[in-house]
Amino acid sequence: MKPFTYERAHSPAEAAAAAARTEGAKFIAGGTNLLDLMKLEIETPMHLIDVNGLALDTIETTPEGGLRIGALVRNTALAADERVRRDYGLLSRALLAGASGQLRNKATTAGNLLQRTRCPYFYDTNQPCNKRQPGSGCAAIGGFSRPLAVIGASDACIATHPSDMAVAMRALDATVETVRSDGTTRGIAIADFHRLPGDTPDIETTLVPGELITAVTLPKPVGGKHIYRKVRDRASYAFALVSVGAIVQRDGTGRVALGGVAHRPWRVEAAEAEMPRGAKAVTGRLLAEARPTQENAFKLPLVERTLGAVLAEAKG
Amino acid sequence: MRFDTPATTNPIDQLRIVGQPVDRIDGPLKTTGTAPYAYERHDVVPNQAYGYVVGSAIAKGRIASIDLTAARAAPGVLAIVTADNAGKLGKGRFNTAKLLGGPDIEHYHQAIAIVIAEMFEQARAAAQLVRVDYVRTDGMFDLAAAKDSWKPAAGFDATADSGVGDFAGAFAAAPIQLDASYTTPDHSHAMMEPHASIAAWEGDRLTLWTSNQMINWTTDDLAQTLGIAREKVRLVSPFIGGGFGGKLFLRADAVLAALGARAAGRPVKVALTRPLIANNTTHRPATIQRIRIGATRDGKITAIGHESWSGDLPGGGPENAVQQTRLLYAGANRMTATRLATLDLPEGNAMRAPGEAPGLMALEIAMDEMAEKLEIDPIEFRVLNDTQVDPENPSRPFSQRQLVECLRTGAERFGWKTRNAKPGRLREGRWLIGMGVAAGLRNNLLTTSAARVRLDHRGVVTVETDMTDIGTGSYTIIAQTAAEMMGVPLDKVVVRLGDSSFPASAGSGGQWGANNSTAGVYAACIKLREAVAQKLGFNSADTIFAEGQVRSGNRTGSLAEAAGDAGLVAEDAIEYGDLGKQYQQSTFVAHFVEVGVDVATGETHIRRMLAVCAAGRILNPKSARSQIIGAMTMGVGAALMEELAVDKRRGFFVNHDLAGYEVPVHADIPHQEVIFLDETDPISSPMKAKGVGELGLCGVGAAVANAIHNATGVRVRDYPITLDKLLSGLPEV
Ligand SMILES: Cc1cc2nc3c(=O)[nH]c(=O)nc-3n(C[C@H](O)[C@H](O)[C@H](O)COP(=O)(O)OP(=O)(O)OC[C@H]3O[C@@H](n4cnc5c(N)ncnc54)[C@H](O)[C@@H]3O)c2cc1C
Ligand code: SF4
Repeated sequence: MKPFTYERAHSPAEAAAAAARTEGAKFIAGGTNLLDLMKLEIETPMHLIDVNGLALDTIETTPEGGLRIGALVRNTALAADERVRRDYGLLSRALLAGASGQLRNKATTAGNLLQRTRCPYFYDTNQPCNKRQPGSGCAAIGGFSRPLAVIGASDACIATHPSDMAVAMRALDATVETVRSDGTTRGIAIADFHRLPGDTPDIETTLVPGELITAVTLPKPVGGKHIYRKVRDRASYAFALVSVGAIVQRDGTGRVALGGVAHRPWRVEAAEAEMPRGAKAVTGRLLAEARPTQENAFKLPLVERTLGAVLAEAKG
Repeated sequence: MRFDTPATTNPIDQLRIVGQPVDRIDGPLKTTGTAPYAYERHDVVPNQAYGYVVGSAIAKGRIASIDLTAARAAPGVLAIVTADNAGKLGKGRFNTAKLLGGPDIEHYHQAIAIVIAEMFEQARAAAQLVRVDYVRTDGMFDLAAAKDSWKPAAGFDATADSGVGDFAGAFAAAPIQLDASYTTPDHSHAMMEPHASIAAWEGDRLTLWTSNQMINWTTDDLAQTLGIAREKVRLVSPFIGGGFGGKLFLRADAVLAALGARAAGRPVKVALTRPLIANNTTHRPATIQRIRIGATRDGKITAIGHESWSGDLPGGGPENAVQQTRLLYAGANRMTATRLATLDLPEGNAMRAPGEAPGLMALEIAMDEMAEKLEIDPIEFRVLNDTQVDPENPSRPFSQRQLVECLRTGAERFGWKTRNAKPGRLREGRWLIGMGVAAGLRNNLLTTSAARVRLDHRGVVTVETDMTDIGTGSYTIIAQTAAEMMGVPLDKVVVRLGDSSFPASAGSGGQWGANNSTAGVYAACIKLREAVAQKLGFNSADTIFAEGQVRSGNRTGSLAEAAGDAGLVAEDAIEYGDLGKQYQQSTFVAHFVEVGVDVATGETHIRRMLAVCAAGRILNPKSARSQIIGAMTMGVGAALMEELAVDKRRGFFVNHDLAGYEVPVHADIPHQEVIFLDETDPISSPMKAKGVGELGLCGVGAAVANAIHNATGVRVRDYPITLDKLLSGLPEV
């Protein structure tokens, strides 16, 4: 870990301004991802802006009948919220499928969206990695790629986004609210929030430098059955090989988003038209452009089978 | 004490305290966080500085240059040791690669420097500033590719191959044959406590507080590596947070703490970081195994052959995966062969049940496959081929062998008869259900073990031996032994372990610790009893030690009185004659597992587990059960998820932390049941005990594999059985 300076921010706008002003600044929320990366010098911020004191830890009902979730709401609190459990079960279930109780107590809504990949080469500073050190190459391509992306990857990076929560947010059409260093605010549709790796896998979102997430809003509830199915190598405390988040209406229509397959939560709205025709048809459209490696080609049938089980469960 | 004839009745047979399920005597220390583990020994010496190890960034090649300028100038840095300034170093008897590498690099994350600083954070930050230029050379990192280039190296031990009768002829002639290959991956010990040491020099004398299973070996190897006399080195390792064989040897933390302390001129503490452990320390090597079994139509094995390939660094050793096949089943024609390829991956070495663990993972699937071909129940097939003698040398009986009883008892208790022999037939909702069985064998190894016992004027018995407790319960069974022998309650016994100034014990490894170390304590207590009797003027032959009293005829004395103000001390060792040659001494287990396999995703969920063990006298059923259930859990890990992923281009284990190297969590493990059959083995030692620490792991993996096959009809021969290997064989959703 490199030495760094530290300040506590007192308002969102001030935090964003400070971040833009100070070279090498980063926000710190729960710290469950950032601190680990700093210890390994994968992240080397020179200045930390602690946002925990900002009063962004409430969940409010919006005038449109949706929810506005403060950026600092802890994963535990969000998963347990009565409105979330009742109207956005997918979100609650996705959160509870992630990490452990202790981690969820610290992890925040914004931090969860911004957690970085679990590609093992990203974690080893001896290895080339375009995401960690732009231009150094990608050790995972041609190497141990079993956990990595099958779709939307590039010749520069085949990493996945590891978040469970983000998969639910994608299916729920969430909006990320932010404040920029000049004090202006905006809302970014979750579909536009995470980027594909392309030639710049180090740039993971459409946030601009210094931009602070203040909240995530959910539109009004869409009803239906909410199912989150996370498939992994052990029963708990592991990242998804693939995960399927689905909202299924009585008539068989609905929404599907996938985790564990791409650099961002994977959803193709056009594929959802196939839902009444079943998992094979949906997966065919969802993963039409897939280019898996030999080691992770199993994720394609796994998605189809898992989605099949989810759709069957929704019917039953 | 020499043990060369079978034990007769002795004070242990009273079983007042030995054999009882008493709680660990060190339990309160552990539950209150006051057991002193190596890295936390802030109290033992003042002014401790911190060391941080730098591991090599390449797998093979050489360091062209190291630039320490920036690191030296970093805040708090006291010293940096590399091969350039460490002075001449030797190599320990149990080490293959050097513990401080450079300029030649033998494997990834081989230690090449240690940075010493005032604070841990400073040492860590400065370590990142060490600039190293490497020259890479090509290495061999792929066992499958290296397998056929195997050549007998200098010093190859041809006796490692075994053969009886005409294997090739009998196999060719057998009406029912199996010829299959199996693979097991590299495994990491993944114990909770990382390797850690604190070193302090006083003149030319070194004290090392460390975490090590084998004090005697490691004291020797540390002295040899540093080039100093053994008498100048003291090791202290009273508590060890798990080892599983990963701490059998001297490792980099110990050597670099010692070198760092010398360079910094003050005590230094070092822990290996989690990402270093997989590649810097030892691991269980991967194997490729070929098994051939030939049998008559009614299920008698006529030919059994087992070959195993593994790899290691030049000068290293093979994984002995064929050992158990020489002993487990009958059959007149037999062969085994062990082959070692040269690989440039990190150093392979023992991990819990070395040899048997991967060997049985293969053999016991093969037995299941053979039973299926024969259309015989897999338990009956094993019973049919039981042997009460060493099948290679029928004049050598097993001292005890209750494998058939293990299988029968387990079948009854587990409800084996409800299993459908046809795979893939039982379904409950999303789960395909199956049951599997496997047998296991692990040998009972005999080795000299010494102890000292002291008796003081309060009648308190203190045992001192360099035996270690790696979480197994050594403190407790040693206390039970001394209490039984001296006729005192447990709270009158103090046990002091893990110090090289104490008599040398068997140490903890190879499941030999419990039987040998308690037998050593038994020997010392026999001497102490004689000293007490003599002191009281009693005839030692008819003296009885009970309830803190000493009686002979109608005379009574007390231990306290015998000890007097000066106290009494006795020391002895157990030493073995050739009963180990005359008899084959082994422990046995039958494992039963029920799994559910998710019909859609192929995820395996263990539903029930049972192990039935026959392992001599069980010294403490509670701690023995802990050993078995821990090993069963480890076996589930090996069956379903554990694999060090090899990058065959770059030559290292990629998933080198506990997020990437998955071991079972609570949610993976169901209720586990353990049964110990009644057994005493007087051939083994005066304790009539054997070991259980590794037995529990022997065969579990195959029982899981066989249950998965029974559930799904898919036969996976490459561990771990992750869901991707099942998907194509599962029914349509
Ligand atoms: C062992 C382990 C297992 C895990 N398993 C899972 C799992 O199974 N599934 C899963 O989904 N996750 C898992 N996680 C990840 C966990 O969910 C994240 O670490 C956590 O959500 C991050 O939140 P945080 O508040 O601690 O973020 P921090 O570590 O504080 O920050 C993460 C990033 O977000 C930035 N940031 C934080 N707040 C803001 C803000 N308001 N505006 C802009 N930027 C901000 C920080 O600068 C940093 O770059 C696991 C983590 C660990 C350590
Ligand atoms: S896949 Fe991406 S994160 Fe992984 S090594 Fe390649 S560039 Fe780095």
